[in-house]
Amino acid sequence: MVDTQAPRSRRFTQPGRDGVLALLVKIVFLGIVVGTAIAITPALVSDGSWFFLVCVWLIVAVLVATYATGRALPGKYLVPGTLLLALFVVLPIGITIKTSFTNYGDGTRNSKDDTIAQIVGSSVTRSDSSPQYELTVATEGDPVKGPFTYFLVPQDDPEKVFTGTADGLEATDPGAVTLANGRVSAADGYTVLNIKQISAAADTLDEIAVPTDDGNFIVRSGTSEAFEGAPTLKYDESADTITDTTNDTVYSIKQVGDRELFVDSAGKRLSDQSWTANVGFRNYQKIFTDSRISSDFLRIFVWTVIFATVSVVSTFLLGLFFAMTLNDPRVRGQKIYRALLILPYAIPGFISLLLWSSFYNQDFGLINDLTGLNVNWLGSATMAKIAVLLTNLWMGFPYMFLVATGALQAIPEDLTEAARLDGAGGFAGFRRITFPLLLVTVAPLLVATFAFNFNNFGAIYLLTGGGPFSPDNPTAGGTDILISYTYRLAFGAGGVQIGFAAAVSTVLFVITGVVAALQFRATRSLEDVN
Amino acid sequence: MSDVQGPLPTGVQQLEPEDAPATKTRRRRGGDPAPKVKLGPGRWFREIGWRHVVGVLAVLWALFPVSYLVSASLNPLGSVVTSTMIPRTFSFSNYSELINTQPFFTWARNSLVVCVSVVVIQLLFSALAAYAFSRMRFTGRRGGLLALLLIQMFPQFLALVALYLMFTRIGEAIPVIGLDSLPGYILMLCGGSLGQVWLIKGFFDTIPMSLDEAAMIDGASHVQVFFRIILPLVRPILAVCGLLVFVGVIAEFLMASIFLRDSSKKTLATGLYGLIDADRSNNLGVFAAGAIMTAIPVVLLFLYLQKFIVGGITAGGVKG
Repeated sequence: MVDTQAPRSRRFTQPGRDGVLALLVKIVFLGIVVGTAIAITPALVSDGSWFFLVCVWLIVAVLVATYATGRALPGKYLVPGTLLLALFVVLPIGITIKTSFTNYGDGTRNSKDDTIAQIVGSSVTRSDSSPQYELTVATEGDPVKGPFTYFLVPQDDPEKVFTGTADGLEATDPGAVTLANGRVSAADGYTVLNIKQISAAADTLDEIAVPTDDGNFIVRSGTSEAFEGAPTLKYDESADTITDTTNDTVYSIKQVGDRELFVDSAGKRLSDQSWTANVGFRNYQKIFTDSRISSDFLRIFVWTVIFATVSVVSTFLLGLFFAMTLNDPRVRGQKIYRALLILPYAIPGFISLLLWSSFYNQDFGLINDLTGLNVNWLGSATMAKIAVLLTNLWMGFPYMFLVATGALQAIPEDLTEAARLDGAGGFAGFRRITFPLLLVTVAPLLVATFAFNFNNFGAIYLLTGGGPFSPDNPTAGGTDILISYTYRLAFGAGGVQIGFAAAVSTVLFVITGVVAALQFRATRSLEDVN
Repeated sequence: MSDVQGPLPTGVQQLEPEDAPATKTRRRRGGDPAPKVKLGPGRWFREIGWRHVVGVLAVLWALFPVSYLVSASLNPLGSVVTSTMIPRTFSFSNYSELINTQPFFTWARNSLVVCVSVVVIQLLFSALAAYAFSRMRFTGRRGGLLALLLIQMFPQFLALVALYLMFTRIGEAIPVIGLDSLPGYILMLCGGSLGQVWLIKGFFDTIPMSLDEAAMIDGASHVQVFFRIILPLVRPILAVCGLLVFVGVIAEFLMASIFLRDSSKKTLATGLYGLIDADRSNNLGVFAAGAIMTAIPVVLLFLYLQKFIVGGITAGGVKG
């Protein structure tokens, strides 16, 4: 198959057929691509985003190589989508796996060097001999997020101007800035922050300590002044310790949980700030061996499997039942039935889920109202699980109804006819002939639906938010599935644990991969991809 | 990506549209009540009537939440306490409140921008790739098709954290496509732009190669063959794919809630969620009004394309 087609595809590549217009489109397109890349390069360089810089020029190289040459015709059709897939699906998966080996999260976002500089810089104290500066806060970027630069004019030498960042202090040509009242009021390429903006960015600015050549730091005091002072904390690089010079306490690095902290001999922390560190397989160990987490994980995993399985089976059975019932050609109004039955599928999912979540209100919700019950649906784990499954049944059955209708119509009538003549009519005929044939047809779709529900974040998050939660365990709720549990770990209110969440995501990747493998086996048609 | 498409066959099954005409003739043949025998009422009920009973029950089951939604949107008090399944009062006060006090049209515009961009890009790029997979033979073709299937099994939001970090960094260098920007959000969703390859390729496969060849002999380039001959022939499946992507994107909630925090950047999904999340029991009426206005165009599109959808999904399932 593959070989017989080869000559034809070669004929496609004859040059000079595309015409002037195509050439023009090509030139303009490549021009835009290269132009954009050139335009954003300075921003990436100044930001130090080397990884993205490489990515951008790699993309340019791929696009130019594909479209500027006459070779590799399939590439011209495959490259656009493949590039996006590589950038926004494959690369993030790679980053996730890499992050899963770190302790990245709240309190560990910075590098070790930056953290030490911050800790030491925060201990700067003012003395009578401290040099004073007139301070102007400016930014080359965004006045809210920074990065920020200090323009400093020494009070005892107002002819000089320095720029200071966390990287150090540099002398600036006074001619390049505008001075007013002994301070910098404007500078080329910078936005000067006003008082309001400075107080809005106060937290970020408090972390900036500009190191000077003699081991001191310049920190701001208020919105328009800064002073130079000696830190009381000293970092000893060779011993990897910090010493408090006021009382000679030595703080050394100690592993506390998943992070390293500076603590003294009595175990007292110098600061809660830690840094991103590689933790090897510790996150994975935590999933499977930390008794609290592994029991949560196991419980949630089991419920995820139950949720996905029951969702598939219940929607399929209900959809199939309706399809069998209404598929008889003698039933009038089939089209109307079909149009009405697919409505739950046509309504955007988030609307249905939010609507159903209001149905479960104990006092005024529709479900208790209609059934005359007084069940606290979302308050108990069991009832909440039933609620989730019921809602998913409503949302999912139309799809199965459509699938089953189509599959039933594709089963040759001769077969069922023959079965009936052989005496296998009614239910026996259905069980022996129709159902097996149907199952062969829809099995791949059932597996796909299983995979979808396995990671059906929306159904859980919008309906129950993962709850109900027991008071002693705010991270794992009664209806949480793995993906909603992961989401809470990564973005939840109490302590963001991105590294750990990445490890759980990676485990989910593996599980999804296994499901995919099952699907491959279920879909024999893949064996003859042509 | 499957999160954007809902539980549809994400191109897992190869379409075999040759089956479609066969199905149609069979249905037509079956539709003829060939033996025009008048059934007695008892027999009629046993054989057909009960089916209507089930059908009506099914419709009631399918529609009761919809009816509640309509009723709640027309109920001027608009709270969980006062809403019922059958509308008792009629008032458009929820609709006017939604339009006057909430940036509903901003959300709608944002959703429209996102949906249309993603649909156009995904259809174009999927069709391009499908053309290569259907018409050309090259090394890595089979592997590429299978790899596409495998990668599509991973929902994009499993890598949510990485995407978040990535776009934070991108945004620091190029704010236009960073977090909290519609282009950035669109770009991220375009990671799934090969999502429809399998479905479209199945249809391309059914178009005879002789058509391409004839055009090539007439001097058409491969680009012209693709845009002028192949694409127009598969318009129905493009329409269906487009609709499915559209519905998936308009309902996309998770990524939007992380990526688009600024209230002027919210989509219908995050905007309406914010509304009901702020006061779950009292904002129901306004939420219902917004939900109805969001759902009506989608439902109409669905009904309009219904015939193709049934064909598309089931043709996908037919190949065993």
